Amino acid sequence: MDKTYQEQVISIIREKFESDILSVETPYDFLTINFKKENIIDLIRYLYDHSVAKFQYLTTLCGIHYPDARQIAVMYQLHSLVNNWRIRIKIYLPEDNAVTPTLTTLYSGANWMERETYDFFGVKFTGHPDLRRILNVEDMIIFPMRKEYPLEDQTREDKQDFMFGR
Amino acid sequence: MADENIINSSIAVEEKKYSTLNLGPTHPATHGIFQNVLTVDGELIVHSEPTIGYIHRAFEKLAERRPFYQITPLTDRMNYCSSPINNIGWHMTVEKLIGAEIPKRVQYLRVIIMELARISDHLICNTVIAVDTGALTGFVYLFQFRELIYEIYEEICGARLTTNIGRIGGFERDFPDKAWVKLEKFLKEYPEALKEFENLVKRNRIFMDRTIGAGGISPERALNYSFSGPNLRAAGVDYDVRVMNPYSSYEDFDFIIPIGLNGDTYDRFMVRQEEMWESMKIIRQAVDKLPDGPYFSPNVPDFYLPPKEDVYNNMEALIYHFKIVMGETDVPKGEVYHCVEGGNGELGFYLISDGGRTPFRLHFRRPCYIYYQAYAEMVKGANISDAILTLSSMNVIAGELDA
Repeated sequence: MDKTYQEQVISIIREKFESDILSVETPYDFLTINFKKENIIDLIRYLYDHSVAKFQYLTTLCGIHYPDARQIAVMYQLHSLVNNWRIRIKIYLPEDNAVTPTLTTLYSGANWMERETYDFFGVKFTGHPDLRRILNVEDMIIFPMRKEYPLEDQTREDKQDFMFGR
Repeated sequence: MADENIINSSIAVEEKKYSTLNLGPTHPATHGIFQNVLTVDGELIVHSEPTIGYIHRAFEKLAERRPFYQITPLTDRMNYCSSPINNIGWHMTVEKLIGAEIPKRVQYLRVIIMELARISDHLICNTVIAVDTGALTGFVYLFQFRELIYEIYEEICGARLTTNIGRIGGFERDFPDKAWVKLEKFLKEYPEALKEFENLVKRNRIFMDRTIGAGGISPERALNYSFSGPNLRAAGVDYDVRVMNPYSSYEDFDFIIPIGLNGDTYDRFMVRQEEMWESMKIIRQAVDKLPDGPYFSPNVPDFYLPPKEDVYNNMEALIYHFKIVMGETDVPKGEVYHCVEGGNGELGFYLISDGGRTPFRLHFRRPCYIYYQAYAEMVKGANISDAILTLSSMNVIAGELDA
């Protein structure tokens, strides 16, 4: 049954977005679609409105930084409560220009999830009604979840430990 | 001069239609540190601007530097009213990643612990709703049972609030006899007390007038806001992870998912109340049907700590102990999502492992964080007193909100 659901979802997507799919994986039986960043909102809207798929529940949304590829991925995890299908869609944005349209037009719940992703990864969601930092202080100038920022501030001068390093 | 001031201020009052009120960051009624800047017209809320992040502790960042075992204490501190669910949810995520087979007995023991945690979570939430309507007695009365639940945790893992319970692959030890005695005591005495509390509150005119119709949300809006858990079920959507994607043998148990109709404070209260009864049923079934077998999975020696006696007397075990604690065991590369039904809803762990000793990325789907954003919409046009009740009935836990 599991296999058929994944094939079903893929065929639904291929009907309309054949050329936009970068790759399809199923790690741990969880359908993961790597998608071109341009049409992501169209795809999610299509899955939302589709008469069979009905992916109308946004489980979560988060950013992932891939420093080697100099990319920031945005992961959308959707859930079709009617069919109990879960999918994960990932788009890849360039690190220095991470801009993508907002999903708040479709899901109100995306509001804070996108704010969190902006706060930690610096992904700009165009069209977001209120894109401000949410968990970090407002005057922070970095995006702390990016991999170039180590856990402790390396420029600290009040705590020097020459013997053991840090 | 004085006259001038009076004149000025009276003009100001006439011009100023709305006033601003800070609800929080530290207010006895907010049960946690988060702020709401309310624009009020007399008693009515015109606009609410939530500010969160006061106890943000960067768990997702910290987790990228920690081996898997050291992440368990971080999960404790998210929803600290039901930390065993977080711990076990995290352990199950790692087990999914490494492909561990978990013995039936462990799964049943986990169900018992998770349902106890759910009861303690709902118990606090519901009695606090009663406190906010002015009924302190129920809170003080039922609190002794939360104490009893904590004593059961204590017998099992030694800790009470931030439990750090269990291991990857099972439990650190089998439940001691004392734990079973206390569990039986709980199962015997709690229903009576809960019934009494229900009788005090459920059909109480004051309580009903305060809660019915206050802070409601429609099922469509709730789904659009990605609600989960009791708050979603109160709105009438029967989404429960335990049934939708059963984990830890939940499919073996017979229980129902209570749902509400209006999604208001009263429905949220009643859904939690009924869930406690269902949890009692699940615990009873799990205790009765508890299979024999090991309390840990024997096929994950790379992750399950060896017994303490061996660590002291046997070099191999000592080496393994250190290896595991320092996270020097190989983990497969992979991407895994696991969710459990936490006290507040779907608690998800999205883990990307690149084969290193720590996660490459770990994202927590925290139900509180996601549904609290609907608060502004839910209290719009409501009284300030209703806003307080809406807040406590949504069970917003600051630790889970801010991660």
